[in-house]
Amino acid sequence: MAANQIEIILSRQLADCLNIPVFLIDPQGDLLFYNEPAEELLGKRYEEAGKMPMDEWSTVFKQSDDAGKKIPPEKLPLVSALTHHKPMHGELTIKSLKGEQYKISVTAIPIIGRPDRFLGAMAIFWKS
Amino acid sequence: MKIKIWGTRGSIPSPGPDNNHYGGNTSCVQVTTDEAFIILDAGSGIRRLSGQVPEGITRIDILLTHLHMDHIIGLGFFGPLYNSAITVNLYGPSSTRESLEKRLSRYLSPPIFPIRLSDLPCQLNLIEIDQSEFKIGDLTIKSTYVCHPGATIGFRVENGTSVLTYLPDHEPVLGSTNFPYEPEWTSGYDLAKGADLLLHDAQYTPEEYRPRVGWGHSTIPDALAFAKMTAVKKMMFFHHDPSHSDRQLDNLLKAAKREKSYPFELGIAAEGDEYYLP
Repeated sequence: MAANQIEIILSRQLADCLNIPVFLIDPQGDLLFYNEPAEELLGKRYEEAGKMPMDEWSTVFKQSDDAGKKIPPEKLPLVSALTHHKPMHGELTIKSLKGEQYKISVTAIPIIGRPDRFLGAMAIFWKS
Repeated sequence: MKIKIWGTRGSIPSPGPDNNHYGGNTSCVQVTTDEAFIILDAGSGIRRLSGQVPEGITRIDILLTHLHMDHIIGLGFFGPLYNSAITVNLYGPSSTRESLEKRLSRYLSPPIFPIRLSDLPCQLNLIEIDQSEFKIGDLTIKSTYVCHPGATIGFRVENGTSVLTYLPDHEPVLGSTNFPYEPEWTSGYDLAKGADLLLHDAQYTPEEYRPRVGWGHSTIPDALAFAKMTAVKKMMFFHHDPSHSDRQLDNLLKAAKREKSYPFELGIAAEGDEYYLP
């Protein structure tokens, strides 16, 4: 098994130390890690969820806008950051895997290493 | 592949009667084969290596892990840089903003140094590398960024049958939540995996490390755990703390061996050491 690149290793370490929910994905969009505060929000421990592909995590939380309209995966801040390699922000409602509904703010940033390597993206969530 | 140690001290040249055995020169390792003459880092040890460069050599490849002073301080004192008949390929890590030339010129220019990098008479090629793989003669070099402040890479040198891994400045424990049990989340793992010889940072005791977390160096126990996780065949402590005398280093090795047995050969790199990998 190949090791992750140092920027991703350190991103996960940072996420692990933070008391705010963080979600980390690789350049293909596959879930690499989410931290304990995110586990609470998403309703499942990362160890149980494992490495989810983007198709799965971008739909499993049943995200919707203020009007209750479903948000397509490509409009999610994290998917947009991955696609456009730019920071993105958004407000949405998700349903955790335990069925609890949360209104959240999401800020997603691309992870770009030296000298210009696109390595994935990270999202930080706040309960609104 | 012949490997010779010309400098193994960390941080600052530290000559003195207490350091005569392991040496006071900073990082410099020579790797030679029939087709390659490579130097890993240009610490103060490179000055003595200067006098041993074979006459008539036309190409030398210097691979810098990073540009902290102890790894480049000897560069201006390396004789072949002043010989117009020699091509010197100087590799260093890519950074975010400044070129390798600009960063090296901060040192190799007045008032820090009398000769400008651009005025060196050799045929100098500056090559920026990151997650790279390239050939030098019959050797394949792999580099990746590793956990150490500033742009820093480690090297894996392969000759087809044997592997040397060089990680002189490395703090893998910092990036890993569950060190040493998650190889895929450990800095430097791919470089060191299964190496025949690992030269690895072992600068601190655990007590010395505590106030220096994030400085980019390993404790001896962490270096040993890394060597075990990567299943190397032989590991030599490298980048010795300037304050550690020969006697202290010997005692630290004895204590490590007393505490546990290791599934690899273990020692302390000393100036003048030579290793042969088939």
